[in-house]
Amino acid sequence: MLQQYGAIGLFFIFGIIFGFAALATNWLLRPKKPHQVKLETYECGMETIGETWVQFKINYFLYALVFLVFDVETIFLYPWAVTFQKLGFFAFVEMFIFLAILVVGFWYAWKEGAFEWQ
Amino acid sequence: MSVLDNLFVKIAALVRTTLTGLGLGDIWVNLAMVILYLAGILGVMITAALVLVLVERKIAGFIQLRPGPNRVGPWGSLQTVADTIKLLTKEDIIPACADRKVFMLAPVLVLVPTILAFAVIPFGKGMIATDVNIGIFYLIAVSSLATIPFLMAGWSSNNKYSLLGGMRAVAQMVSYEVPMVFSLLGVVMIVGSLQMSAIVEAQSKVWFVLLQPVAFLIYVIAATAECNRAPFDIPEGESELVAGVFTEYTGMKWALFFLAEYANLVLVSAIATTMFLGGWHGPVLPGWFWFFIKTSIMIFFFMWMRWTFPRVRVDHLMHFGWKFLVPLSLANIFITGIGVYLYKTIGW
Repeated sequence: MLQQYGAIGLFFIFGIIFGFAALATNWLLRPKKPHQVKLETYECGMETIGETWVQFKINYFLYALVFLVFDVETIFLYPWAVTFQKLGFFAFVEMFIFLAILVVGFWYAWKEGAFEWQ
Repeated sequence: MSVLDNLFVKIAALVRTTLTGLGLGDIWVNLAMVILYLAGILGVMITAALVLVLVERKIAGFIQLRPGPNRVGPWGSLQTVADTIKLLTKEDIIPACADRKVFMLAPVLVLVPTILAFAVIPFGKGMIATDVNIGIFYLIAVSSLATIPFLMAGWSSNNKYSLLGGMRAVAQMVSYEVPMVFSLLGVVMIVGSLQMSAIVEAQSKVWFVLLQPVAFLIYVIAATAECNRAPFDIPEGESELVAGVFTEYTGMKWALFFLAEYANLVLVSAIATTMFLGGWHGPVLPGWFWFFIKTSIMIFFFMWMRWTFPRVRVDHLMHFGWKFLVPLSLANIFITGIGVYLYKTIGW
């Protein structure tokens, strides 16, 4: 068990090393001729006006919130799905309860306009 | 045939016995084996990405009645090699206004979730790096991490196009994650296990695409959106956002994003093959070859879709995800639950 997750840890470490190695290869090979104009923010030739890091459209936040709710519910649905066949009638009844909770939440979010893109 | 069938498993076993014969401890042998698997997976992933760039351009050319790349090498077959050399020797520009550390870190991290996800893909019988007992659950958890590098890249570039692209990418990936996760739930209910090898084993008679056709469709649509591919490529829609999150990236940093895009394409095709198309099951030919064939067909299907459909508008995309795919996938779970229960209790 521990060894399996150790392997995943190794995958993680080597994944990061791979990215840095690719950048290092580039660092060895690339030319370096900096110029003031090159370092400007790209905006199709125009000079940028105003800040980029400003308050942002609220819809993104709403989607994130709804996603969070659904994702947490799915985490609980997965163990249920695994034991669905073993638990028999109990799991079958529980399916209605689980899905009812999801549908009510979904209906509420829809009613409140969380899925509207204005 | 059985020699070919277990070719890679036998090679791995041979390496293991050789290493044990050298007198290494158990832990070191296992460590070496994991690194070997990792090297194999990375090799396959990068080769696939390099080949697929060319294949995609050739297919695009074929679909649009033009030759595609045809200058470098015979039939343009060395085009990707030339592109790689070009990208490796490009100057690296970090805009003056960018958040340097996050800007650097985003392309490094973008490949990590994909590499982590490949750890549990069964490429053939016994060809799985770590067969964890929560396989598909782990896969979902890891693949949802893929949003973070995009947000990092979009935010740190300090460019309005990048920020919009990053925000859109996250909103889209997050929205289509829900139907994708629900569509895989139907398969889990039928199998009764989250282990990837068990899921493939359960498809030895019937592929789940026949038992879960709706889930397969939902998965394919949601996976296209997860990969940010057309018709769901608004995060980098050239006509409005220049290149989305990639706008400020140059050289190898940009190449890493590109590599991740194609690695993700291979990943979602491999998951579709494992979950719905019977994994490595198939007659006559070796298992890993069947896996290769099925994954290739899925990849071709994704490319075909990309060059056939026009880009979806951002509000349509969100509405389609939340108001159509999510209810549909919920209904699919419901019907699967009733079906499995009836099959178990009544026996039909």
